Amino acid sequence: MNKPIRTISMFCLLLFLALMINATYLQYYKASSLDKDPRNRRVIVAAYSRERGAILVGREPVAESLPKDDQYKFQRTYSQPLRYAPITGFFSYYNQTGVEQTQNAVLSGDDPDLFVTKLIDLLSNNPTKGGSVQLTINPKAQNAAYDGLKALGNNVQGAVVALEPSTGKILAMVSSPTFDPNKLASHDLSSVTDTYKSLNDDPAEPLLNRAIQTTLPPGSTFKLVTAAAAIESGNYTAADKVPGGPTYQLPLTSGPSGLIDNEGRDCGTDRIPFTQAMGNSCNTSFAALANEVGAEAMTKQAEAFGFNSHYLDDLRPQAISQFPTKMDAAETGQTGFGQFDVTATPLQMAMVAAGIANAGTVMKPYIVDEVQSPNYDVINKIQPEELSQAVTSTTASELTKLMVYTVDHGTAIPAAIPGIVVAGKTGTAQSGITNVPPYAWFVSFAPADDPKVAVAVMIQKADIPRDEIAGGVYGGPIAKAIMEAVIQ
Amino acid sequence: MAQSGTLMGFVHRRRRGAELFLLVIALVVGIGAYAAVGIGVEGKVPADIVGYGGGLAALVIAAHVVVRLVAPYADPVLLPVVAALNGLGLAVIHRLDLAYEASGIKHDYAQQQLIWMTVGVVLFIGTLLLLRDHRVLQRFTYTSGLVAIGLLLLPMLPGIGRTINGARIWIHLGPFSFQPGEVAKVLLVVAFAGYLVLHRDALALAGRRVVFVDLPRGRDLGPILGMWLVSLGILVFQSDLGSSLLFFGLFLVTLYVATERPGWLVVGGLLFLAGATLAYRLVPHVGQRVDVWLHPFNYYDKNPGSFQPVEAQFGMGWGGLIGRGFGNGSPERVPYANSDFILSSIGEELGLTAVIAVILLYGLVVERALRAALISRDPFGKLLATGLAAIFTLQVFVVIGGVTGLIPLTGLTTPFLSYGGSSLVANWVIIALLIRISDQARRPVPDLSGEDDTDADLESTQVVRMT
Repeated sequence: MNKPIRTISMFCLLLFLALMINATYLQYYKASSLDKDPRNRRVIVAAYSRERGAILVGREPVAESLPKDDQYKFQRTYSQPLRYAPITGFFSYYNQTGVEQTQNAVLSGDDPDLFVTKLIDLLSNNPTKGGSVQLTINPKAQNAAYDGLKALGNNVQGAVVALEPSTGKILAMVSSPTFDPNKLASHDLSSVTDTYKSLNDDPAEPLLNRAIQTTLPPGSTFKLVTAAAAIESGNYTAADKVPGGPTYQLPLTSGPSGLIDNEGRDCGTDRIPFTQAMGNSCNTSFAALANEVGAEAMTKQAEAFGFNSHYLDDLRPQAISQFPTKMDAAETGQTGFGQFDVTATPLQMAMVAAGIANAGTVMKPYIVDEVQSPNYDVINKIQPEELSQAVTSTTASELTKLMVYTVDHGTAIPAAIPGIVVAGKTGTAQSGITNVPPYAWFVSFAPADDPKVAVAVMIQKADIPRDEIAGGVYGGPIAKAIMEAVIQ
Repeated sequence: MAQSGTLMGFVHRRRRGAELFLLVIALVVGIGAYAAVGIGVEGKVPADIVGYGGGLAALVIAAHVVVRLVAPYADPVLLPVVAALNGLGLAVIHRLDLAYEASGIKHDYAQQQLIWMTVGVVLFIGTLLLLRDHRVLQRFTYTSGLVAIGLLLLPMLPGIGRTINGARIWIHLGPFSFQPGEVAKVLLVVAFAGYLVLHRDALALAGRRVVFVDLPRGRDLGPILGMWLVSLGILVFQSDLGSSLLFFGLFLVTLYVATERPGWLVVGGLLFLAGATLAYRLVPHVGQRVDVWLHPFNYYDKNPGSFQPVEAQFGMGWGGLIGRGFGNGSPERVPYANSDFILSSIGEELGLTAVIAVILLYGLVVERALRAALISRDPFGKLLATGLAAIFTLQVFVVIGGVTGLIPLTGLTTPFLSYGGSSLVANWVIIALLIRISDQARRPVPDLSGEDDTDADLESTQVVRMT
């Protein structure tokens, strides 16, 4: 009987080996993928009970973990919740958004850059601490943007973005309506669920970061892109004359439906100065210019500013600003003044202004300036990156002249700052939906000779009379306040 | 059955000192784990560490003393290994008690388990004292078979039988609940070994030869078919996948060892495949288990679903190589973390290291049991030891394989670790039997070269003279 017993022994050995191999596979090789499963509460609880790093604006934390005497040990606290919610996002037991999400590895301490501090914590038997994230936000600009938007009423829906043209740093980002992330970070999980549900069901979509996640027709602010394409074609400078006139019949159309007008603004009769066309926001001129340069050149120019592409890594998800790639001549004419299927996020329009301000170079926008260790030593300083050369520096300076004229003598006058040369452009875009009022836009940068800040303001909906919605009236003062906050 | 060991004049030493030394290490594991639980969870060494440690030490020392007295040649590794496993299990159960208490429900599973361990050790001692020669058990072949079948049928009786977690394998008598299957498995090993020792010659007759393998004769298929039907019956009527697998596997192994015919493995394997396919197709409970095993992550939120095994995998992955440490994991997230899924608790808080150590300890028990089978001088002892080793291996494989996702999940306890009286007591008796068999096997042959016995055993004396 010994031979079969030996066979059985080998069989038992195989079974035990299989168990050990499988246990090793499970606990070693498969462990990291198991840890990444969103349903794995252990990882979440551990992350939730960790001393998470702070999100800093200047020297002030806008999000930090404060000790709390309960099961989770630390309470995520937002000191200026409404003002910074679209940027910080929230850190709840269930999920994260905003910088809390994209910088989770750093904030939780799991980032490879923090390996040394983590190792020291491990060896000294201290709980892992998260690193801090320094934002590019300028608190004064952020306050100006938030207060400006808030002044339009409690129910305003809109967003403001300010960029530093030379680097792409996001100096301010506000979206309205906003929410209180403290309520979602609460340890009272059932109230968190209720809060989240009511926020998520709110038709005003307070959880949406409109600055990067809402794309709307940019209207007349898009004329900057059309003008850029026209000047790049070599046929125009700011001093030249462009097609004008009270109406423009779109190619391939006949009758009133294809007839463009200027809503009463003075756009001359035949050819008018480029400055007048920009200053009075002449739809007829820009529809004609768009058709002159053609669909292909328009698409190329829009894409050079960042349309149809993804460029923001620090906040998710970034909505893609759209410029149609296939269109006929009538549609091309409409895109000339930012209608038809052209849609843009406020960030995209700020990038158009910033690109012009930065001698034609569009910088990749970013909001995380520095990654710091738990002891606030700088571990990683983010370097600005060029996204594209949208126009030549000559074209950029011609465009600047047009925009300065628009502030000095045209529709963008509300953004004028005494003693500083400001460049700007208004926009009022038809929503294209019945009973939905037009969207008001405003883009600008200053000082025009040495730009420090570029701003885009978008007001999607506000409690203001429909006929008063014009980008200049409401967007201008907000943009002005932000520019003043940065420059002064 | 002449043994090469004795033929060459090799005599096993008693090695009781080694056993005592290993037992001290086992106690360090058990009591150390208990202290570590206190430090990890509550930040201090438990106040009752002396009483607890003393109790544990008293139990294993008592077992040791009895072994020293009545089974002096027994294998010295078995007792320390199971003492370490039992001690570790107690500590982990205590750890989970504390976790349950923290969430508001007070349990004293650890104390109950300690009581069951006492019962187990008492039965261990009783078995060794009463059963001075394991061959006596051969007389009870049919009795144990009948009692085992009776025990297996008990849960089907209305009134005392209970269905817990879908399996009807429990009986309740007043305040006590018991899984008779655990006792039945020991009795079945005895019954199989006794039956096959008698009938092995007939069953070993070769039938048709197919590709190097002699298949058994058709007329001898009766017993294995019967056993197959019993296993299927357990599966269908009691929904107990684990025990069904265990009993059939046990029968197959003992049959193969008794007859030395690999043909039986072929027949058994085919029957197993047929049974498995039938069960998968026809028994909804089994089909669902297999689906959950194949795609555990799709059934996480379903009911019945895979919350338990997936949570166990999350926990073990979370534990990683060295574990989170007692008190730093959440093993209580896994339902039945202290019984069927105790290994995931160990994996989470003590890591892969401890899981491998536990598997190796089980491997050692099996290795020692098979070694006893190899050197045992009588066929009944060989079969009994092999059967016990087989049932131990299968149970460990089925439960750990199920918990770690290697095979579909079946409800079985982890020997010596899991909370549960029936299983613990039965396993202590299994170890007692193995110790008895190894004692018989390692004991020097009575001196047959003595003055009076030359005629009685001529062969032995001649060999001794030659060497």
